[in-house]
Amino acid sequence: MLEIEIDGKKLTVPQGSTIMDAAHSVGTYIPHFCYHKKLSIAANCRMCLVEVEKAPKPLPACATPVTDGMRVHTHSDLAVKAQQGVMEFLLINHPLDCPICDQGGECQLQDIAVGYGGGSSRYQEEKRSVPGKDMGPLVSAEEMSRCIHCTRCVRFTEEIGGFQEIGMANRGEFSEILPFLGKTVDSEISGNVIDLCPVGALTSKPFRYSARSWELSRRKSVAPHDGLGSNLIVQVYNHKVMRVLPLENEAINECWLSDRDRFSYEALNSDARLTRPMIKHDGKWHETDWQTALDYVVKGLTGVSAQHGKDAIGVLAGAGATTEELYLLQKLARAFGVNNIDHRLRQRDFAADEGQTGALWLGSTIAEMASANAVLVVGSTQRHEQPLLAARLRQAVKKGAELNLIHVADDELLTRVNAKLIVAPQALADGLAQVLKAVAELKGASANLDLSGVTVYDEARRIAESLVRAETASVVLGSVAQHSPVFSQLLAIGGEIARLSGAHFGVFSEAANSVGAQFVGALPRRGFAGAAVTAGLNAAEMIAAPRKAYVLWGVEPEADCHDGQAAVAAMKAAETVIAFTAFKGDGLLDYADVLLPTAPFTETAGSFVNMEGKLQTFNGVVRPLGETRPGWKVLRVLGNLLSLQGFEQNTVEDVRAEFVGPFGDGAAKLSNAVSGVALDKPAVTGLVRVGEVPMYHVDAIVRRAPSLQATVHAKAPVASANPAVLAAAGLADGELAVVRQGACEVRVPVKADAGLPEGVLRLAAAHPATVGLGGLFDPIELKRG
Amino acid sequence: MAVFANGILFEGVDTSDPNCWKIEAYQARGGYQALKKILTEGISQDDVIAELKTSSLRGRGGAGFPTGLKWSFMPRSFPGDKYVVCNTDEGEPGTFKDRDILRFNPHALIEGMIIAGYAMGAARGYNYIHGEIFAEYERFEEALDEARRAGFLGQNILGSTFSYELFAHHGYGAYICGEETALLESLEGKKGQPRFKPPFPASFGLYGKPTTINNTETFASVPYIITQGGQKFLELGKPNNGGTKLFSVSGHVNRPGNYEIPLGTPFAELLEMAGGMRGGKKLKAVIPGGSSAPVLPGDIMMQCTMDYDSIAKAGSMLGSGAVIVMNEDVCMVRALERLAYFYHEESCGQCTPCREGTGWLYRVIHRILNGEGRPEDLELLDSVGNNMAGRTICALADAAVFPVRSFTKHFRHEFEHLIEHKTPLVNHKWC
Ligand SMILES: Cc1cc2nc3c(=O)[nH]c(=O)nc-3n(C[C@H](O)[C@H](O)[C@H](O)COP(=O)(O)O)c2cc1C
Ligand code: SF4
Ligand code: SF4
Ligand code: FES
Repeated sequence: MLEIEIDGKKLTVPQGSTIMDAAHSVGTYIPHFCYHKKLSIAANCRMCLVEVEKAPKPLPACATPVTDGMRVHTHSDLAVKAQQGVMEFLLINHPLDCPICDQGGECQLQDIAVGYGGGSSRYQEEKRSVPGKDMGPLVSAEEMSRCIHCTRCVRFTEEIGGFQEIGMANRGEFSEILPFLGKTVDSEISGNVIDLCPVGALTSKPFRYSARSWELSRRKSVAPHDGLGSNLIVQVYNHKVMRVLPLENEAINECWLSDRDRFSYEALNSDARLTRPMIKHDGKWHETDWQTALDYVVKGLTGVSAQHGKDAIGVLAGAGATTEELYLLQKLARAFGVNNIDHRLRQRDFAADEGQTGALWLGSTIAEMASANAVLVVGSTQRHEQPLLAARLRQAVKKGAELNLIHVADDELLTRVNAKLIVAPQALADGLAQVLKAVAELKGASANLDLSGVTVYDEARRIAESLVRAETASVVLGSVAQHSPVFSQLLAIGGEIARLSGAHFGVFSEAANSVGAQFVGALPRRGFAGAAVTAGLNAAEMIAAPRKAYVLWGVEPEADCHDGQAAVAAMKAAETVIAFTAFKGDGLLDYADVLLPTAPFTETAGSFVNMEGKLQTFNGVVRPLGETRPGWKVLRVLGNLLSLQGFEQNTVEDVRAEFVGPFGDGAAKLSNAVSGVALDKPAVTGLVRVGEVPMYHVDAIVRRAPSLQATVHAKAPVASANPAVLAAAGLADGELAVVRQGACEVRVPVKADAGLPEGVLRLAAAHPATVGLGGLFDPIELKRG
Repeated sequence: MAVFANGILFEGVDTSDPNCWKIEAYQARGGYQALKKILTEGISQDDVIAELKTSSLRGRGGAGFPTGLKWSFMPRSFPGDKYVVCNTDEGEPGTFKDRDILRFNPHALIEGMIIAGYAMGAARGYNYIHGEIFAEYERFEEALDEARRAGFLGQNILGSTFSYELFAHHGYGAYICGEETALLESLEGKKGQPRFKPPFPASFGLYGKPTTINNTETFASVPYIITQGGQKFLELGKPNNGGTKLFSVSGHVNRPGNYEIPLGTPFAELLEMAGGMRGGKKLKAVIPGGSSAPVLPGDIMMQCTMDYDSIAKAGSMLGSGAVIVMNEDVCMVRALERLAYFYHEESCGQCTPCREGTGWLYRVIHRILNGEGRPEDLELLDSVGNNMAGRTICALADAAVFPVRSFTKHFRHEFEHLIEHKTPLVNHKWC
């Protein structure tokens, strides 16, 4: 520890601290622009100059290491004069167009200029003007004359985003911030440069010029698109969501936000919203009032149950719903006598259901995973599924962690990978079993699974060595693993690896409330808090054996189910499809007969449980659009209309109280343990699809966010395959092919990708161009178009 | 331009002989004897560095830092890669000495760098050559090939356990790439921008490994020190200013060129060697150490000897040894405007004070020159300069400010005259 003095305050700081660190630790503010705690130190803006006794000249606080006995003055005459000098330089070429600048009111240059700038400028020469740049649909770089060259944006893309997409070209006064020529900025976390840019050079393209920052109110919320649970500040004007910013939470999203969470709000204000209940009569849709619509629902449910029995009803819930909604939904279903309820709509393999006792989760905190010495990620297209976690793992690797992979494609993760196995989806379990076998050998222990048919290859052994050598390790299953035909085996094997190696084991929760949904019992075989229930059908069974009535809670089956084709067929065959939804989806308009506008996360109070098992509550930030109603209220009324017991809650807190009490000590209810699963390699002939869900098609909200849809990541998918696969089909890279699953054929261009294993065709799902196709990891045919 | 050899670097080099740079010629002059001596006599690393310290050799790149001391900073026992890097980026206006070393005596540099590698435990060296002297770059590559073929580079040099590789790399002509850390960035394939120090290259240099960077002339002086001894080198010059040094004399002299003279030689003698003032004109001013060094009036210069200490005492710097001589027909406002333009053009643009300040200085001086000066301009130049100097990542900002300060100090009346009367006091003559 070093003893120093800042402005007369004595303090001790650890070796290696900078003056800036030390000042922060005692709450002393030093003006700065280029410094950012999560980025490397550039020391280029020079705003943080301070006086250090015995130093001949002012020193930059952000870059100067503290030495023992150092005495620093941050506000002495010398320091302030130096800071004022820098401020003058920053302003001479700055356009000072604050009245028309989008950053006005939240500009660090403006703020600091108030404290350190002069009333008028001594600079009488001509100012520099810098042409605007096109960085793509999300980040505007229209007014680059405002740039102060702090290079935060450059460092962000390189250091956090993982690859350089923004650079500073040219020299001196002619320096310009720009993307690669003719390229846009495509990082899945690019929007963070808007927050980082201290001035109005980089601004939000969707938001700019729509409101002044000081007119907006700031409301806390939680991000709804993945299981991370990023904390949000939702900015609201006149009952409309105007923009979304990160709320810093070091344990979860640090100070970042994925583009998905930042820009999806545009859908909430779009014409695609359902604003009044609608009923279909004689093939035509009619707007109606809630009373009529709910009466229709009650009639439909009682009618089907009277005619076909309760088992003829299936409830499919989206895991992006609030915990309160999912709790009431399962309570209502079960009270009514319906046991067919599930939220795991993209899952294919449910063999572990019976032997499972708790909610699948990450198996550790996010921070624990990010600080592990070794991580094995199985079946995850990380940058699409969990953009911020992928960035966080990249940081972990930089700090020395070993990242190991078992996956179905050899994608660029923009980070160093220690060892990897790239296999077809059905072989994921064999890959993980190899690692287990090697771990068992290294540990001299035996696994509780029959591994006799497993041959351990070198790369698997390297993964095992990495896990065993590490002081702390994590093994995690991603969405591809969870949607694959061998998910239950992966759970069983992963659990054994964890037991033998001491690693944490868990899953990357796909949706915002995947953990909450399991906990409150939106499941066919376990009720609230794991309560035993009469077993119902799971999501796949409800589609495979079509029901007479479906209740869809925030679900668009064609895009949200494992087999969209079968799901749509089941919907079409049903007598009634009751859809609670925030959007007028084309699919729903086709096969549903009643649409009830329920609130998206911004328009209702609720909570999500993230992948580390943390319950995060939020309030509605704007009032519901049109006649939209919060879901929990709708369910409560519906319970009453169905004359069911236990629907007397007056507030969302009343609802929450029913599950949050047990949830408090519910950590025991989080468990990735399974039993009764045997290893068995599925026999496959022909091509198998690798059907991932692209990042901007994961749920109904992002699918309707126009700016996200304009990015490269939302482009119509191509079918990629190993060159050998293409050759066998007589296809060349770039040619148009016909791809078929079941009754559906689509024409798509093909792309050769030597990083794919043989026997697979990679074609994204949930995109309008591919929704008609079948199962995500089912057989698929490829032929010349 | 003539090379006047009266020292060690060009001792015995017949620059009119097109083969003078070849390895045979170098060896005939006693070349590679220093390396042989070290490797066959088993002179230790410590002894090599001690010899350098005795010699009082100071860096010839501009800062004049004692070379022996610099070499002793290298963590020789550091187990990983270490590098020796030569700075032949020579971009400072007025400086053209390193180019002639590559042209006429490249093996002296190669031998010096091999010895440096030996002394500092480095197995690899690079010479970063200015992008605008391409013929010299190509010649240096040829010289490297000669040295490789002769077994002075490569594995187990001269049968010893010492192995060393040396490579040339040419830049693209940015002045800033002569700053040692910008040079490293550029050598790594990145944009040439100086790094913040600390950490210094000795601990975090090329590819993050311990690295020592010296000027071409510095390295080329090493073989002599090894064969003749540090003491002898020191005695060539004067205490604390060991050896001889190359001076690139340019401007209004009869015979501009490189002159290698002992440190401590009176400026008057150097001026003599260069043939005196052209056309018998009066000496007005001299920039004694490259464009970054403060200008000195002719009469002060005539009292100086050419060494680090004497020039520093007079208020300037020996710098790279580029001596720019100006006669009575030079308008000092115009001269400064050219220099200010250079720094404005060459600032890398990272640091706010340098990026913004160099342009500001230039524009104000340009305005003054064009008869649009304002009474407060000289004070403004001074104040802007004060806000730049010492507040940036590298010394380029200081280098931009020194000329402004010194020109407006020693020749203030010319600036005042132009501001007041809108016409220059001295009618500048191009000649
Ligand atoms: C803007 C700037 C330009 C420089 N250009 C050169 C150069 O062209 N050649 C050179 O040897 N040193 C140059 N230097 C000095 C180097 O940074 C470094 O001090 C020198 O190469 C060290 O070698 P020495 O100790 O042998 O002098 C420059 C420094 C600055 C700040
Ligand atoms: S665009 Fe913004 S963040 Fe990037 S360098 Fe300029 S001021 Fe800094
Ligand atoms: S002082 Fe000038 S040249 Fe040196 S790093 Fe800063 S901006 Fe670049
Ligand atoms: S904050 Fe320290 S130099 Fe920019």
